[in-house]
Order: sequence, then structure tokens, then C-alpha cells
Amino acid sequence: MPVTMAAALRGSLVTLVKGLSSPRWQQLASRPLSVSAALCGPEAPPARADATFKVTMVPGDGVGPELMTAVKDVFKAGDVPVEFEEFHLSEVQNMASEEKLEQVLTSMKTNKVAMKGKIHTPMEFKGELASYEMRLRRKLDLFANVVHVNSLPGYSTRHNNLDLVIIREQTEGEYSSLEHESVTGVIECLKIITRQKSRRIAKFAFDYATKKGRNKVTAVHKANIMKLGDGLFLQSCAEVAQLYPKIKYENIIIDNCCMQLVQNPYQFDVLVMPNLYGNIIDNLAAGLVGGAGVVPGESYSAEYAVFETGARHPFAQAVGRNIANPTAMLLSAANMLRHLNLEYHSQMVSDAVKRVIKQGKVRTGDLGGYATSDEFTRAVIANLAV
Amino acid sequence: MPMLQPPPAKYGGRHTVTLIPGDGIGPELLNHVREVFRFSCVPVDFEVVHVNSALETEDDINNAITAIRRNGVALKGNIETKHTMAPSVKSRNNLLRTSLDLYANVMHCQSLPGVQTRHKNIDIMIIRENTEGEYSSLEHESVSGVVESLKIITRNNSLRIADYAFQLAREKGRRRVTAVHKANIMKLGDGLFLQCCREVASGYPDITFDSMIVDNTTMQLVSKPQQFDVMVMPNLYGNVVSNVCAGLVGGPGLVPGANYGHAYAVFETATRNTGKSIADRNIANPTAMLLASCMMLDHLKLYDHASSIRNAILTTMNETRLHTADIGGQGTTSEVVQSIMRFIQSKGQLTTDL
Repeated sequence: MPVTMAAALRGSLVTLVKGLSSPRWQQLASRPLSVSAALCGPEAPPARADATFKVTMVPGDGVGPELMTAVKDVFKAGDVPVEFEEFHLSEVQNMASEEKLEQVLTSMKTNKVAMKGKIHTPMEFKGELASYEMRLRRKLDLFANVVHVNSLPGYSTRHNNLDLVIIREQTEGEYSSLEHESVTGVIECLKIITRQKSRRIAKFAFDYATKKGRNKVTAVHKANIMKLGDGLFLQSCAEVAQLYPKIKYENIIIDNCCMQLVQNPYQFDVLVMPNLYGNIIDNLAAGLVGGAGVVPGESYSAEYAVFETGARHPFAQAVGRNIANPTAMLLSAANMLRHLNLEYHSQMVSDAVKRVIKQGKVRTGDLGGYATSDEFTRAVIANLAV
Repeated sequence: MPMLQPPPAKYGGRHTVTLIPGDGIGPELLNHVREVFRFSCVPVDFEVVHVNSALETEDDINNAITAIRRNGVALKGNIETKHTMAPSVKSRNNLLRTSLDLYANVMHCQSLPGVQTRHKNIDIMIIRENTEGEYSSLEHESVSGVVESLKIITRNNSLRIADYAFQLAREKGRRRVTAVHKANIMKLGDGLFLQCCREVASGYPDITFDSMIVDNTTMQLVSKPQQFDVMVMPNLYGNVVSNVCAGLVGGPGLVPGANYGHAYAVFETATRNTGKSIADRNIANPTAMLLASCMMLDHLKLYDHASSIRNAILTTMNETRLHTADIGGQGTTSEVVQSIMRFIQSKGQLTTDL
């Protein structure tokens, strides 16, 4: 419908222009242009009415499959032109194998985009140091994790109107899976920081800030103690910052950063950090706006994009109890649609979710309500402006 | 920033490209490019950087150059160079090319069957040295009333442009490379250029090499252009020859151009016209800029998107014969763009593995 309207509008402008004599013609001639410029806005109709996009889906463990069902239901109701290719990969349910991992990777190679739940990593050591979650991440080289922590209007927490972005390097650092027992009873865990990867994540952070029109990037580190490792990270950030003269660059030590986040989180805009600090800050910041159930996240490599929840927990104790909050996964799905150039559908889904939260009638337990996951999903569907 | 060459801004398969709208018809043509990209779901985001040609300071252009340094690739309209401004104000376009060391300007002039021209079957690739020669911006008044302009030819830059030309010729399966010069008069400067071309040519025995003096070249071009294959030349001759060639195949509105360096690439129309007189009237020919955007997509290795858009442009040009006024038609810019988008759509369902 919007397609035909815009087309008709443009068509009528063209005929208008044609029918006019020359002096008025000049005044009006720039109008079709402004119409096309307006088409780039978020209210624009779908880019291609006939487009279908294939997306890889790995529901993972815990409430992952339930959240994915919510996404699929909403997409179906909203007539979103996305087809999912589902792969069940799980270490705890004995559904992990090299073959399964290969299948996911092959699917990713053609689709480039995925939605993913958390693949749970059992704590006990069975001879393999790297989890499937980590191996998938490394195989796809998903080096950048982005968590946009945004307060939800209508759900009040201690800090309202929060809007900050946490960018985390997630292929090296403490997650190197390099541990050994040098002498009996002595374990060494290697934390790896490289110049190349530090520059890459720093550039990602500044590119992200540029793209989203943000003003400040803060590097989080512990270079006072790890003078060489974190020092290298910090130096790389400072070097890259020179390419972005319009964006302010600052740095802060991790412990102070945590304290500042709970006292005055408004001072931050975009935060960039190595792997483990990112993990901690992601969770801390998600807690500020309502917990793991409401914050979407995404991971990028040069080629691939994976959309997931911001704080990655399987939430296994909730399985089958219909209590998980689908908000984070639905907002993540909306971000995925934007990545696929489907701005119209993206806006539709995220608006519906935000409307349900704002109305406050249907809320899951984690936000202090009594609604089930299904009830929440149905409320979102009812709010889709199709 | 010295030494640091950042990776390109490509994440999750989406590229970020610097967009410099420039002056004249640049902004409207680039808006059409964005419209077509959006329509065909091209995974490219633009970082728009405006350069105000009315300002005498170099802040704007330096800002644009930094933006290209971080994104690696740019698409630009021409920035007007006003002759009325102080001589210290250098051409912004030239500044951009030299700062980023975009040494090779490449344009491919090909006859389009749908466009009426005097010559048919032209297929010439022009490789122009883009950073030195007459464009050195080194001029001074040695004695009152006497001005010296320096033309700089260096061995390094001549070897590198010659090598670029031969490599491209081999890659594209071309047979012959012609060096254009004026070594009969400028025996040392153009002589050096010619000698460098010869040296490089000896490394490519599969490609024929010959040379031609620039004045004769222009005459040959307008009488029998089919004799040329790949041409390589210093800066100013390149400027002249590329304009002649563009004229032969239908004018500035049809031919795209690219500037390549080791690290960066900037795409624009081949003859770099600002087009102030036809700006904002919806009559400019969008073909050259759209084809330039296709060259950019090829550079980003988005070959399928590039060929889908390129085919739609050529079909509109050759089969529908919906032409703008510059090539004798009556269509407006937006009508041509609409037709191109209709062809993209008619090619069937779009999927991510397009």
C-alpha cells in the first residue's frame, strides 16, 4: 500500500512538472528530489515489495527456543519477508557435533545474517577448552559485540532515559582458551591483546559512533595494572581516535567505570573495551534498565552479523514455565530487520514492543507483571500497525 | 595520520562509504544513487560529508579527506573551483586526489547502442596520472609580469602509472597500450614518462606498446577512434583526452570515472563536471553517476548488485530509449531513474543471495 502511494505521488509530480510552463517549472523542479530524499527516512515503505530474506536461526539453550517462537509469531503476524533456517546446536542436550557446527557455518556463509540464543557452556572440563559458543564466534570472526542500553519509556527504573552503547572485543583477551598447568598446582591462563585486533575494535567503535551520530567514545581498561596488555589496547584506541576529529575520546579505568555507571551513567555515550570487561559492563548496564530480558545485542564481523540478546544467559530455570521476557529478542529482531534494509518492518516491530511496555498492562514477571511470555507476544501482535 | 592504515569500514556485510555531494548537479544525482541503492537493498551506508566551496579555509576538505581515510571508499560529485578566489585556494578536488595519493584515474569509454553518435564501436580505456604533472599547484612570479608554472614528472610516479595501465590491460584481456605524450617538445619531462612506459612495457611481452603525440592523438580520436585500446598519459593530456573521448560516446552525462590509490578509491563522473547551469532542474543525465556507483559496488566486491543496477541502466538507455535532453531525449532525470528501478524490479524476486 505505501509503495503504490509513493509511486503515485512521484508519478503525479512528474506529470505536474511536465504540464507547466517554464518559469514555474523551475520553482517546482526540485520537488521530486525532496520526495526521494524523504524516502530515506524511517517512515519509508519497504524497499522491495517482493523481497524475501533468508536468515539463519540458532535457538540455543534455555529459553532461547521460546524467544525464537515469539519472534517467528510476530514476524508471521506482521507479514515480515524473512525466512528462517533453523539449527539446533546445544552442548547440554547432546546436540552439538562438528557436523552441526559445519551446517550452521555453511548456512551463515550464504545468509550472512543470523538470530541466535545462548548456547549454554557446561562448567565442567571435558578435555575441550573452547565452548561451541566461542568456536562459532571464532569461526565467523565475530569480533565486535554491540549492546545498546536504552531505557524503555513507561518502565521506570532507578536511572531513566539512559542511552549508552557498549562495544566489546570478543575474540581475544581473557577468552583465549589458553590455559595450562605449568607446575602441579599452578595454572596459567593467558590473556592475549594484539595491536591489530585492538585497532579493529577501536575503529569499529568510532565507525559506529559516526554512523549513529554519537559524540563521545570512552575506552575502558586496566592499564594501571596491566601496563603492557591493556596499555596496547589503550594506545590503539588513541591512534584510531585521531582519524575521527569530531568525536571526543576519553578513557576510564574499569573499576571506576563500574562505579560511575551505577552513580551517574548519563556521562557515557559509546564505551569500547576488551573482552572480559565487556562481559561485566554489558551485564551491569543491562541491569540498570530492567535486566537481561529487555536489552538487545548484536555481534559483527566484516562479513557476518548475529543478532542476540544483550546479556547472554540461557535462563534454564525458566524453561517451559512461559515466564521469559521476549522483549530483548524482539528488539534484536527489529535491529536485524534494519540491517537487512527493511526499515519499515523494523520500525513496526520495535514500535509494537515499545507500545506494549509503555501501556504497562501486559508485563512479564521480570518487569513486575503477571503476564506469561505468550500473553506478551500476543499483545505485541495486537499492537502491530499492519 | 602516518603509518596507520585502518581496515575498511565493513561490518556484518554492510559497507560504509563516504558521500561528498559537491556542487551543481552532484547532490541531486547522488540522491538518485541513494534512492536506487535503497530500492535494490544494497548493503551500503553512506556517511555524507559536505564541502562548502565558498569557504577559503581547508577545514571542510580536510574533514572529507579524513572521512575517506576511515571508510576507504568514496563517491563524490564535483566540488566547484571558483577562479575568482585567491590563488592560494587550491582546487578541492585536486587536493583530495593528491592527499590520498589517488594516482590512477580510470575511465572506460564505450559506445552505447542506444545513443546516436558519429562514431560507433568505440571501446577505449583511459588511464591518467592523477597526482603530478601540470597539476602540481607550483606557480610563482619570478619577475614582475613573468609567471612560471612548474610541471613535475617523476620517475616513480611514471613507472607506477605505466605499471597500473599494463596490469589493467592484462587483467581485462586488452591487446595494446598507447602512451600519449609531447616528448618532441618536452624532451626531458615527457621523455622520462615515455621511457618509463617503455621500461614497464618490456615486462609485458603479451601486450603491444606504442606511443603517440598528444596533438595527433586528439585528431586521430575524432577521425578514427576505433584504433585505440588502452591509453596511458600524464595528468593534463589525460584531462583533454578524456573529455574528447566522453564527447565521442555521447557527453559528460554518460561516462563514469574512478580514482584509485594503494589504499583508497574515489568514484565520480569521468569528466568531473559540476553542471551548475542545469542544477536543480531535473534534467541532468543520471547515467554517469549511477554507472560510477556500479564501479564502486564492483570495487566493494558486490558484483551482483553492481551488474543488476548496471543492466537496468543500460536497458533503459538502449532498449527503452528513455533519454535526457543532453543526448537528444525528452525524459527528466527522475523519469530515467524510475525506469531504471522498474527494470531492477522486473528482474524478479530479490533474495539475500542475489
